[in-house]
Amino acid sequence: MKKISLTLISVVAAIVAVFVGYRLLAIIHQPSEEPDYEHLQQHAQENIGATGKYQTDDFDATEFLTTWNFNNLPPSERAQYYNETPLPNGTLLREYKFYIVDKEIEVAPGVFYPAWTYNGQVPGPTIRATEGDTIRISLVNGGTKPHSAHFHGFHSAEMDGSAFEDMVLPGENFEYEFKALPFGTHVYHCHSYPVSQHISKGLYGAYIVDPKVDTRPKADKELIMVMNGFDVNVDGANEVYAVNTQAFVYNDNPIHVKKGELVRVYLANMLELDPVNSFHLHANFFNEYKTGTSQTPDNFTDTIVMGQAERSILDVRFREPGMYMFHSHVTEFSELGWTGMFMVME
Amino acid sequence: MPDEKILSKYLKTWASFLLPLFLLVLLLWGFLKYGPLGVFKAELPPVEKLVIQRVVFTPERVELEVFNDGPEPVTVAQAVVNEIIWKFTMTPGNTLKPLESGVVSLAYPWTDGDPIAFTLISNDGVTFEKAVDVAFLTPTVDEKYLKTFIILGVYVGVIPILLGLLWFPFLRRLRGKGYLFLLSLTIGLLLFLGFDTLAESIELIKVLPNAFNGVGLLVIGFISAILVLGAVSYKTEFHMAERGGHLRALVWAYLIALGIGLHNLSEGLAIGSAYAVGEVALGSTLVIGFMVHNVTEGVAIISPLAHGETKSKTGKILGHLLLLGLLAGAPTILGSLIGGFAYSPVYGVLFLAIGSGAIFDVTFDILHFMAKDKWSSIFTVTNVLGFFVGLLIMYLTGFLVLG
Repeated sequence: MKKISLTLISVVAAIVAVFVGYRLLAIIHQPSEEPDYEHLQQHAQENIGATGKYQTDDFDATEFLTTWNFNNLPPSERAQYYNETPLPNGTLLREYKFYIVDKEIEVAPGVFYPAWTYNGQVPGPTIRATEGDTIRISLVNGGTKPHSAHFHGFHSAEMDGSAFEDMVLPGENFEYEFKALPFGTHVYHCHSYPVSQHISKGLYGAYIVDPKVDTRPKADKELIMVMNGFDVNVDGANEVYAVNTQAFVYNDNPIHVKKGELVRVYLANMLELDPVNSFHLHANFFNEYKTGTSQTPDNFTDTIVMGQAERSILDVRFREPGMYMFHSHVTEFSELGWTGMFMVME
Repeated sequence: MPDEKILSKYLKTWASFLLPLFLLVLLLWGFLKYGPLGVFKAELPPVEKLVIQRVVFTPERVELEVFNDGPEPVTVAQAVVNEIIWKFTMTPGNTLKPLESGVVSLAYPWTDGDPIAFTLISNDGVTFEKAVDVAFLTPTVDEKYLKTFIILGVYVGVIPILLGLLWFPFLRRLRGKGYLFLLSLTIGLLLFLGFDTLAESIELIKVLPNAFNGVGLLVIGFISAILVLGAVSYKTEFHMAERGGHLRALVWAYLIALGIGLHNLSEGLAIGSAYAVGEVALGSTLVIGFMVHNVTEGVAIISPLAHGETKSKTGKILGHLLLLGLLAGAPTILGSLIGGFAYSPVYGVLFLAIGSGAIFDVTFDILHFMAKDKWSSIFTVTNVLGFFVGLLIMYLTGFLVLG
């Protein structure tokens, strides 16, 4: 009798002892000296941002900044997507080949998003024309859903890309034609339904119309920036934010500019699911031309706020060499990827 | 030829055993080759599951213990802390195979006392989340922590049960109906405790990664406790026939103490882990609640011993009482230490299931004894009253634990 009770107790004790001993051994060799708080705090400060490097190179965010009308491609290849023909009235006919394709894009290092794209890139190719030019876009839908291209700017109703009968079904194509008016910084995007989904999935791009008579100071460097975000887990809220798609990309690859030169930023907000975005520049102020539709600045500031599909032209001359941050001053967006650096040289 | 006959019989036996296996292999081969496997592969989203099991806070650092609970490998691409993308390192690597565990380390300037939320983003954009109500430094194995939890365990587990045992001389004086009342009261206490323990085990299954098959753990723990203890008490029946009823009572007492000990081990695990993870602040009211509640556990242990016919010497009984108290109470200390250092709900589910199995087993034993092969004789007014009083005592003292 006693034996049984003793056996019971010792079995339980043995099990528990092995258990605790194993756990304690694993932990006990941890150093217990006072931590170096200064070092730890400094180290923690340095760890904001993304982990690792971008794994694919099919989108070059630096090249995108200065690319319009496919000017990044060698002439022969460029001709497949873009052709310009002088018209008798002195303007140009600009013809574009757009194709829609479903594609996985890398929106943060190692994070892939199944996007819907114009020509395999998000944002889509930048269209740039002079006031009064004729724009003709041949759109082929190689995707899996009905799509369209809806341009902000003047055009006739049948070129709007928003009526149900305007949708280009998978495998079909459509030719959009309109005059490039009014001058300013505009956008285009898919207007298939639900529109929020079609934009959020990546179907948008910048559309710039230069004034025929430009009275503004001449820009030394022109940069295209499209602010956007990605709902990677499709829960109705963005997880990753960026300017030009890739989170933190201009932290690792700062934008090179020269001190004193006139830098002109064509900025558009194509962020979905969040009502407001913003642009803030460190240590410098810029002239803002709202929607780019006037040739006199509306504002001299370092921070602007933009709703969905709003856009502006920002003119800035950097005062001193050095590294200057730019980011959304909706700071939670900046800490989820919408932040970058200008490297200003002598 | 008898030899040949035996051989052919032997072959037939083996053939009849192997045929279904052979056919199964054939079926699997055919299924993999020609079967409609595509039906079982969803296009999107991928079935990725990652569980953040534990969060460890050290000065200016956070470590997330993660477990791949899905059928697919998971690659963690980015980590987000409170809506901020933050750099991390991961061991053994950023990709975890199914059932593999890993640790995600972040040098993050967390704020003491604030809530904090973590999101891990996989390469496919799937997110895995964990929120901590209150962030505070995870206790490390030092003297202060050990002392705190040993003292806590003694207060919550050992002392109350020993206090309950002090009723022994009083209960001993009870005769006849009083003794039956006491036994049925014990059944009430134990049934309450048994169901309570089982419910806690079921509750814990919810937080257990699916891969561990919580229901399976529960059934194994519960049934094996009943079977093992059943075998032990059956074995002792023989000895009892020779040596009298006192031993039967003593075996019960030890079985009850063991069951309650396992219950308290899990209770300790819960307290220790909740404290370490920062999910609960152990208020003094909560500790007092546990103390009062646990006194009743002491009563449950000694009731069977209180039979008037006991002839053992007082000294011997005292030794047993001390052992019983330690067996039931000391596991609280161990549980809180284990729970505080390295808690996994796997242990919780298993121990709670074993504990409830043990409690139900001994409850049935006592019931069986009271019935003495005539089940109709147990539903006397005294017995039913005792049973209800037992349930009520547990229920009412349970309110004290709400904190």
